[in-house]
Amino acid sequence: MSYEADVTDTLDVKGLSCPMPVVKTKQAVDDLGDGDVLEVVATDSGSMSDLDGWADGTSGVTLLDQEEREEGGENVFVHYVQVEE
Amino acid sequence: MSTETDETAEADGPELDIDAAELEELRARVDELEDELAAVETEVDDGQKSMVIIATKGTLDMAYPPLILASTAAAFGWDVTVFHTFWGLDILHEEHSQDLQMSSVGNPNMPVPNAIASLPGMDRVTTKMMRKRIDDNDTASIDELLDTCFDMGVEMQACQMTIELMDYDEDDFYDDVTVGVGAATALEEMADADIQLLV
Repeated sequence: MSYEADVTDTLDVKGLSCPMPVVKTKQAVDDLGDGDVLEVVATDSGSMSDLDGWADGTSGVTLLDQEEREEGGENVFVHYVQVEE
Repeated sequence: MSTETDETAEADGPELDIDAAELEELRARVDELEDELAAVETEVDDGQKSMVIIATKGTLDMAYPPLILASTAAAFGWDVTVFHTFWGLDILHEEHSQDLQMSSVGNPNMPVPNAIASLPGMDRVTTKMMRKRIDDNDTASIDELLDTCFDMGVEMQACQMTIELMDYDEDDFYDDVTVGVGAATALEEMADADIQLLV
């Protein structure tokens, strides 16, 4: 299932590496409202594990889905984070 | 059988040797204890973790671990304090933080033997190599991580004793740095923290 239709905002963290994808996701989530979905697009393969761990250990957010896809010839890692209501 | 037990219990009840004043006192004591318990539960159960890092090193490579862990922990919503002491002060020093160096000698991962690593200018060479790697890998710069830590409310402390020992001035540090703190402050925070690290 894809969450693209529910996306409120997209955060581009391509090219950034640990810890910035997590840090920037947190900062972006703070600006969103209840129920909003943030799409995070990263090129850091470690973001798959890191975003998962962050969402697990942080109250008020749920990681809906993660996927790896090819975009413009590079592998990107896409995460869908929802702010809990 | 069960009826008998109930009757016994009922019969015992009123015969307890407690007068009204004692009962009142006991009730008040129970209320008091329940309040205390509730307060303790709130304190333990607020879900807010905390971490204290003691940062003692000021080389380019060793400035990274405390800053990465601190900013990530802040992203988890934890209370984070980094207590900088000795060479760790340079991370918070406005001028020195821009020019942190690698140390070539005694680093077993350096591609050259110690005898060569100790030659004049080698630290500059390895620092340049490291900075290039950081750029090539899009690793965040020390500046960027520091800004992030400050933005996210990480408490950055500079040890007063070592500021004086190193002959630094309080004004040498970034504006958001807390000065005037010592080992006792650090220990007190460490005692209350969930995670304590020495880097």
